[in-house]
Order: sequence, then C-alpha cells, then structure tokens
Amino acid sequence: MANILVVAETRNGELRSVAHEVVTAARQAADAVGGEVHALVFGTAGAGAAAADALGRHGADVVVAVESAGLEKYDAESMAATVAARLGSGGYRAGFFAASAQGRDLAPRVAAILGVSLASDVTEVTLSADALVAKHPVYVGKAIATLRLTGTPALASFRPGSVSAADAPRSARVEPMAPAADPSASRVVVKELVARGDAKLDLGEAPVIVAGGRGLRAAENFRLVEDLAAAFGNAAVGATRAVTDDGWRPATDQIGQTGRMVNPTLYVAVGISGAIQHLAGMRTSRTIVAINRDKDAPIFKLADYGIVGDLFEIVPRLTEEIRKAKGG
Amino acid sequence: MKIAVCIKRVPDTEMRFAIAADGKSLDQAGLKFDISDFDGYAVEVALRLTEKDGGEVAVICLGPDGVQETIRKAFSMGAARGVQLKADAIPFDGSAIAAALAAELREGGYDLVLFGRQATDSGNGTVGPMTAHLLGLPCVTAVSHLELGAGRGTAHRELEGIAEVVEFPLPAVLTIDEGIARPRLPSLKGIMAAKKKTIDVRPAQLGEARLTVETMALPPERAAGRIVGEGPDAVPELVRLLKTEAKVL
Ligand SMILES: Cc1cc2nc3c(=O)[nH]c(=O)nc-3n(C[C@H](O)[C@H](O)[C@H](O)COP(=O)(O)OP(=O)(O)OC[C@H]3O[C@@H](n4cnc5c(N)ncnc54)[C@H](O)[C@@H]3O)c2cc1C
Ligand SMILES: Nc1ncnc2c1ncn2[C@@H]1O[C@H](COP(=O)(O)O)[C@@H](O)[C@H]1O
Repeated sequence: MANILVVAETRNGELRSVAHEVVTAARQAADAVGGEVHALVFGTAGAGAAAADALGRHGADVVVAVESAGLEKYDAESMAATVAARLGSGGYRAGFFAASAQGRDLAPRVAAILGVSLASDVTEVTLSADALVAKHPVYVGKAIATLRLTGTPALASFRPGSVSAADAPRSARVEPMAPAADPSASRVVVKELVARGDAKLDLGEAPVIVAGGRGLRAAENFRLVEDLAAAFGNAAVGATRAVTDDGWRPATDQIGQTGRMVNPTLYVAVGISGAIQHLAGMRTSRTIVAINRDKDAPIFKLADYGIVGDLFEIVPRLTEEIRKAKGG
Repeated sequence: MKIAVCIKRVPDTEMRFAIAADGKSLDQAGLKFDISDFDGYAVEVALRLTEKDGGEVAVICLGPDGVQETIRKAFSMGAARGVQLKADAIPFDGSAIAAALAAELREGGYDLVLFGRQATDSGNGTVGPMTAHLLGLPCVTAVSHLELGAGRGTAHRELEGIAEVVEFPLPAVLTIDEGIARPRLPSLKGIMAAKKKTIDVRPAQLGEARLTVETMALPPERAAGRIVGEGPDAVPELVRLLKTEAKVL
C-alpha cells in the first residue's frame, strides 16, 4: 500500500525537467513510507524504454509505459482516465504530479474521478501512513500554508523548481500498461499546437530571467533585454503586465499574479517598478537584481543588488560585462 | 445562451497581511475584499458573450454573508442573477467546494459554466475541473481566447511555450486565464440596478473536507539587499558580486 505513482511529463517525446523533480520528491516520500516509485510515461511505442534510464537515475523502481498512437501529445480526458485507473488498481499510497500547465489540468481531473482530494502546487511534502503534510504558497505567495491531506491515494502536484532533481540510481523495470480510454473518443479535441516564441527556454525552466518593464519605453527597446539574455546564454525574457498590455511583448511573457509564477536562480528586473502583482510572480527567485532610475522604486526592497540609474546606459554595459564574465 | 460564472470573494493582495491568533488564517482586521482576479475576467467574458448573442449571466458564490458584496459587484457589471451558497466559512479543499457548486449547477440548464483559472487566495486551480467531472461535462482549463459557434466552441490555452487550440462541444466548463478580457468597471446605472436585485440564498451542500490548513505563516523575509551603486560605473562591481557572493554566474 505504500507505493507512489508519478506522472512523468514529456514533451515531444522528451522528459521535461519537472519529471525529474517530481520523481526525486516521490523517492524521498516513498523511502519514508517504505514503498516503490512508479513513474508513468505516456507516448508512442518505445517511450517507456527511452525514459527508463533517466527516471531510474532519480529513483524510479518501475516505469509504467502507456504506449499508443495519439498519446504523443497531451489528451486530458483519456490520460486522466488512465492515471486514475492505475492509482485505483491498489497498492498506491500517493500520486504525484508536476504543477506545470499540463499537471495542473490533469491532477484535479484524476482526483475527481477517484473521489479524493488534491494538494495543489506544493513546494514540500512529508508523507506518513495517515497523512500527507505539504507546504503551499497562498495569497499569491504572501503567506505559506501547511496543509494536511487525508485519504488514499493522496494526490499532490509540485510547483516547478521547488524540488532539485537528485540522483538515487537504480535500474527501473519497464511495465507496459494499456490506456484506460481511447484519446480519439475524448470530447475536447486538440486541433493545433502552435510553438510560441522561437522555442527558446521557457520561463518556467530558465535558470536566468531578464524581465523588462515600462521603463523600456517602447517595444523595439526590448532588444536591450534580449541582448542581455543572450549574453547569459541560459536566460529567458519576461515582462510586466504594463508591457504585455501595450503589446510590446506577447502575453505569454507576463510574470506575476495573473501571469507566470517563476523561480529562477537569477532574476534581473529592468525598468520595473515592483508592483505587488509583479512581485507575486518572482519573489522566490534566488537572487534578484534591479535596475531602475528611481531609488525609491519598491523593487529595490526585494532586490539583493540594485543599480540606480538610466537603464539605457546601464544595460548595454551589463551585457558587455556578462559576455566577458562568460568568457565570450 | 445561459451562462453561469462561479466567483469567489478573496482578500485584496495589496493589503498588508498578518496571521490571525489561530495560527492558520489571515488576521481579518484591515483586509479589503474583492472578486478573485480571474473570476472578474470570467464575468466579463460571460457578459460579452450574452451581449453579442443574447442570454443571461448568473453568478454563484459560496461563502458567508460577506460574499453578497461580491455578488453585488457582479450585478453592477451586468450579471442578471446571483446565488449565494451559504456556508460559515469557505473550505480550503477544492473537492468540498466543487461538490456544492455541482449540486447548484446540475439542474441549471447552463450552456457554459465559467471559473477562474485559479483563485487568488488558494492558488489551487482545482475547483473548476473537479466540478466539471461531477457534472459530467467536458472541461477546458486556462482559456486565453474563446470563440463559440453552433453547439461548439474553440479555445486557446497557453502551455509553457506552446499554445493549444482545442474544440469542445457545449455545454462545457471552462476556466478563464489572463489575456482574454479585463473586467469592466461597474457603471453608475449598474450600481443602482444592483441594489434592487435579490440574491437567492441556499445552504451550501459542501463535500467532505480532506484537505485542511494546519498552520499559516508569512514567508521568510529576504535578507536586506543593497544598492551597489549608481549608473553604468556600478556594473563591474555588480558582476563581481554575482560571481563571488551570489555565485550565480
Ligand atoms: C488584478 C491585477 C493583476 C495584475 N497582474 C499583474 C501581473 O501578473 N504582472 C505584472 O507585472 N503586473 C500585474 N498587474 C499590474 C501591476 O499593478 C503594475 O501596474 C505593473 O506591474 C507595472 O509594470 P511596470 O513596472 O513595467 O511599470 P511601472 O510601474 O510604470 O514602472 C516602470 C518603472 O521603470 C522605471 N524607469 C523608467 N524609465 C527608466 C529608465 N530610463 N531607466 C531605468 N528605470 C526607468 C521607473 O522608475 C518605474 O519604476 C496587475 C494589476 C492588477 C490590478
Ligand atoms: N467559494 C467559491 N464560490 C464560488 N466559486 C468558487 C469558490 N471557490 C472557488 N471557486 C471557483 O473556482 C475557481 C478556482 O478556485 P481554486 O480551485 O480554489 O483555485 C475560482 O476562480 C472560482 O471560479
């Protein structure tokens, strides 16, 4: 009764970094209750075997391979039915998901099918025989709740970036499982997938984010932000709502209360005042740098390092220095 | 078209927060409340659809009597009907809330049931899809663009670097994301009309709460930061600190 099922998220046949994070969290929880970690992978023929090495490295004992045509891309209804069927088949103490866009869609459906509750978007979990205790940011990060979840299986989804993937190597055996529903019977049909941006790093995965605000004055000046991101090499570009509202950047770049919640190692805020709704999306970044000409801008209260002055002079210089530091 | 929008009353995040004496909730003193962000967008979407194609918008709000203020706000924007599902407190467990909302919505004959992508207070994003399952309806989450045709709809969803275009049959449950519609400001006429409308009050048939808040705390304070300097001359020192102190380069 003590095993944990993880839904290991893939995209274009590749495991996403959140899959490794959640397997790591599951390994720790399974060790606490004396169980195995089973990582479920959806895809076409061979998807399970292809993922087995990586999932085993982070602590999966079993890879549950659900392979069928139509499962190479996300299909909410059939995948929820399959995950629920597996979790309901006995032996599972818990089911773990990533609180990614996909996991946030999938996990509550699975919970509803099983008639259990879900601890959503958690950053830490302690599992015992009688409860799952989890930390979860509430009020857009202005408070942290400790939640107690009873019932079996206990379902939880993990905020991306909250767990660091760690090694707990073993060789995972691959167990095939037939899908519990046919994706072609789903009522909601995916007609089209459109890649956003030029498939650069996603905000949720980038170790560095360079974000720009209204201080940039015009869409074309975002070149400064892009150049700085390029100098880092591992950076994604973000923006405030003021900027996405004005159409200087696509809506998908918006960070904050009603945009993306991000958690990078380094966040560079350029010409951003630091409104509470913006801070809500980036306050957990490890190191925050702010560049603003107003020394009283609220962003400086949160920033670890600030430079006061004109971004149009400071950012090009920073780009140059970062390029040098990166040995370019 | 008959549309229901489930709206939640939440504390305004611009306020200064403190933890109450019970150690597991917010100190209510000095809090201001408003409609949850995405629920405001959902009301706006519903109003635009019915203004274009005819029909009626009903809002449903579960909670203590304070939520009547939130229902009146939706009235003042243009909602025609309002239901309070009365409960002493709003449970944290999305499945407990979903059970009560589904019981209210089941016989309502709605073509569309709208939710926010996630509530500003809980940050859960679970009530919408859970309610959809209880109603046996198809569900599309995080909708950032919507078009309706005869008995069907098309929605866009943003999924971390890719956008999905999906088609779904009506009736359906949708959860509404950023980018689709900013809520209108209540008009004076709307505010006057809102005062005259009556709110249907029924007891909430809550489901079992298996997920509860044990404790709540303010997040750890960040160590005080510092201004490295002024202007471009401060850049080399910043880079040095990023390298040697923060160790992020
Ligand atoms: C319900 C709701 C939800 C919201 N959700 C979000 C959200 O998710 N994300 C979000 O970002 N916002 C959100 N907002 C909006 C938020 O309140 C702010 O309006 C927004 O974040 C401000 O963006 P900004 O910092 O770019 O612009 P401003 O506040 O205008 O700040 C611009 C800054 O640039 C500086 N500046 C100007 N010129 C220069 C220069 N030459 N050099 C250096 N500095 C310069 C100025 O000093 C100023 O501090 C939301 C608001 C509401 C009501
Ligand atoms: N007490 C409530 N009354 C009415 N609708 C609610 C309530 N709680 C949640 N909802 C709806 O469910 C959505 C998601 O809430 P949550 O799952 O808590 O993030 C909200 O945006 C509302 O649309």
